[in-house]
Amino acid sequence: MQAREYSIETKDLTRVFRVKRREARGEKREITALDRADLAVERGELFGVLGPNGAGKTTLIKILATLLSPTSGTARVAGVDVVANPWEVRRHIGMVSGGESSGYGLLTVEENLWMFSQFYGMRGADVRKRIKELLEVVGLADGAKTKIYHLSTGMRQKMNFARGFLTDPEILFLDEPTIGLDVQTARTLRAYIRKWMDDHPDRTILLTTHYMYEADELCDRVAIIDQGKVLACDTPAALKRDLQEEAVFRLKVEGDLDPEKLLRGIAGVHRFTHAARDGHAQLDLILADENVLLPVLSGIQGTGGRLVSLEKRAPTLEDVFIRLVGHGLNEGGDAGGASEPAP
Amino acid sequence: MNLRREMKTFLRTVIGRAYPRVIGMRREKSWMLFEVLLPLLQVAAFVYIYQAIGAPPEFTGFVVLGGAMTAYWMNVLWSMASQLYWEKETGNLELYIIAPTSRMAILIGMAAGGIMTTTIRAVGVLTLGVLIFRVPMEVTDVPALVGVFLLTLVALYGLGMLLASLFLLWGRQAWHLANLLQEPVFLVSGFYFPVRALGFLVALGASIVPITLGLDAMRQLLFPQMMEGFRFLPVGTQLGALAVQAVVFLFLAHRALRYFEDRARREGRLTLRGL
Repeated sequence: MQAREYSIETKDLTRVFRVKRREARGEKREITALDRADLAVERGELFGVLGPNGAGKTTLIKILATLLSPTSGTARVAGVDVVANPWEVRRHIGMVSGGESSGYGLLTVEENLWMFSQFYGMRGADVRKRIKELLEVVGLADGAKTKIYHLSTGMRQKMNFARGFLTDPEILFLDEPTIGLDVQTARTLRAYIRKWMDDHPDRTILLTTHYMYEADELCDRVAIIDQGKVLACDTPAALKRDLQEEAVFRLKVEGDLDPEKLLRGIAGVHRFTHAARDGHAQLDLILADENVLLPVLSGIQGTGGRLVSLEKRAPTLEDVFIRLVGHGLNEGGDAGGASEPAP
Repeated sequence: MNLRREMKTFLRTVIGRAYPRVIGMRREKSWMLFEVLLPLLQVAAFVYIYQAIGAPPEFTGFVVLGGAMTAYWMNVLWSMASQLYWEKETGNLELYIIAPTSRMAILIGMAAGGIMTTTIRAVGVLTLGVLIFRVPMEVTDVPALVGVFLLTLVALYGLGMLLASLFLLWGRQAWHLANLLQEPVFLVSGFYFPVRALGFLVALGASIVPITLGLDAMRQLLFPQMMEGFRFLPVGTQLGALAVQAVVFLFLAHRALRYFEDRARREGRLTLRGL
């Protein structure tokens, strides 16, 4: 039987950075950005890598895009080893990074896009047509003749996005492509990503994000990553299904509350996060079942807190992340999740 | 078919990367002040010193020619050697690296664009200098003069490409190196006087920078009588040395680029972004 061909495949992929310690001159400490990561992305998949800042998402993309060598382990893109043959890998890939400031300020949007297309050997007539199409898609058609030093951050990101799709790459890496964008623009770009995949079923996208909504809406499968480790990998529905037997609640509470003290002692509270929201304490709870809610509410009452609202929610990827890691996507302890663009 | 396609991509890359330099000059007219008029002031300072001490008028020619060639050295240092450092800072470098094209094509594009724009600046300085200071020139051998000039440029930009590859790894430290190279080279390469005045050995050492040989040869071809007493090496020898330098620097640049790119990738220095 023939082995399965993946667009992207990593085995035990590890990257360790040695960084200078501020406190000890000359000494270096090691940071494991990626820790024995195993991933297999099939051709035609829109695969998401979800994790907080510093989880190792960008390191993963840098290795796959041949910008960084792994410390150990292997990575294959389009069936080609990224260390042994980076030149061949580059024929198959494209990349867009959120917040990048590439291009030359004195050139217009379309001139910048044309310049990058030349590095891929694209013909003049094809390029002009493609640039026109893409600028319309991202809503930058009117800005085609604008020099890019006049562009806002959002407009610049739209241009970068267009650049990534310009060559219709076989495998596209999108590293936080909607970061810093307004809701409407983020929605437009997400819609185009989905459409592009539908129009090109043989293409593959690996998208990193810390917006759960984005991963949930777009991705066929999602890998959840934290501190360089892949913690889970499945379809968003399957990941959330694992939480079906538990009960997920969101509570808003008024009053002086120490959630740590209150919730730690209650049996059946599997995970919780808390954040201050609009003058209230917001508690996100993953409970063994609905019955555990009663001692929680009693505890709140007992500490003089007042329940403002209570919502039983369907599990989200954020809840999956909290269940796996013990804290929200933003950082340890304070959950709330990354401030994502609304749907 | 593949070779043909790769050749086309190589050529398109060269044109694509040269474009921002060429178009940039057209769009930012302030270069005329900074790149022509200001260097002319420096030239004027040396010209008046020579005139004050009663030096022959050919010395004015030495200075004007040196002043014109200054533009190339500045361009090689700041727009070739240190360019990849800036490209890394702006995020362009990672897009160059992941593109399925030759890095040499990108550097050649930078060089071609740089040569085109710098030549306009140099011609500006030369023309104004010759007209204002009434430089007496006697062109003895036009083909040799053109040959020396072109070979100087190829060797000089080859050196720039070689230095550019170092910046892939050293970043800001290499930027300091460029800073360090600027003024000393003006001195030891004899931008404002015949390099022979520094002694044969110093001139020989300074010849690692192609502009040293190029300037001396061009002065011999433009001011033959006055250069009789200051000739560093025969023009033929300098032409040969420049040809060798052009080949060697381009070859080394090609090898160094590949080596430093691999090393920078291993050490995580190709990009700036976080984890």
